[in-house]
Amino acid sequence: MKTTLLLTCCLLPFAATAAEQTFDFKDPKGVNTARFTLDAPLETISGSANGVSGTLTIDPAKPEATKGSIVIDAKTLSVENAMMKEHMLGAEWLDVAKHPTISFTVSGLSEFKMEGEKATAKVKGKFSLKGVEKEISVPATVTLLKDKLGARTGGKMQGDLMVIRTEFTIKRADYGINPKAPADKVADDIVISLAIAGSSPK
Amino acid sequence: MRTTLRLLALLLLLGTTGWWLAAGKNPGWTKNKVAVEKKDEITEIVFTEYEDRFVPGVDILAAAGVGAVVLAGLSFLGRRKVVVS
Repeated sequence: MKTTLLLTCCLLPFAATAAEQTFDFKDPKGVNTARFTLDAPLETISGSANGVSGTLTIDPAKPEATKGSIVIDAKTLSVENAMMKEHMLGAEWLDVAKHPTISFTVSGLSEFKMEGEKATAKVKGKFSLKGVEKEISVPATVTLLKDKLGARTGGKMQGDLMVIRTEFTIKRADYGINPKAPADKVADDIVISLAIAGSSPK
Repeated sequence: MRTTLRLLALLLLLGTTGWWLAAGKNPGWTKNKVAVEKKDEITEIVFTEYEDRFVPGVDILAAAGVGAVVLAGLSFLGRRKVVVS
């Protein structure tokens, strides 16, 4: 009896975390994409970044306790015009030499609703861009693709995939991105959309 | 000489406009990369890949317009020969 109790006490912490799953968002296929659009009256600027990394740890029994971070390598931000890209990454705009990453540190989920293998939730966390960090809450759709990692890696790895989709708007001026630039040419609203897949090997 | 300059101006304007129209009437700045959307079959994520391709924009059209005006303007600078009969 004593042995059983001792074993139970020792194994309890593992049992509590057994359902937790960590998903790695560094995608070797380069599919993970963050897109942005600035729709000003005189000009629409849009582009994307594929340098996505980070991890999220989720426990289906306690989704509100989800933790982790999604990091974007700012140097991978691209637009269709080389000169515009150079300006965008330069000191006046994003200053990627000083601020090489854009990150979203997740502190938890709220309004979590599960429908089959798809869930919707509000993701709370700190969004950091150009050295400015702000607490935000964004709507997201989370899809769990059970045992799909094998199909994606050609059978090299087995495990689950998690796909997160979100779209939210931030203000350019809030993050000190050339706030003096006229809003009729470069919109103040930056619409960011993320579609990323994380893998959790077994 | 005047006729040559005017013809050059017309050719520049028409040629550039034709090129811009044929390349897809891009209403924005000139692109040296074009975003191509692709879909990952497993995750169904639509992602962007950039292909190296030159697409003239309205800036090139404007530059050609300015060039044509300059050429046409130059054609008016030369003195006309006055023929006295």
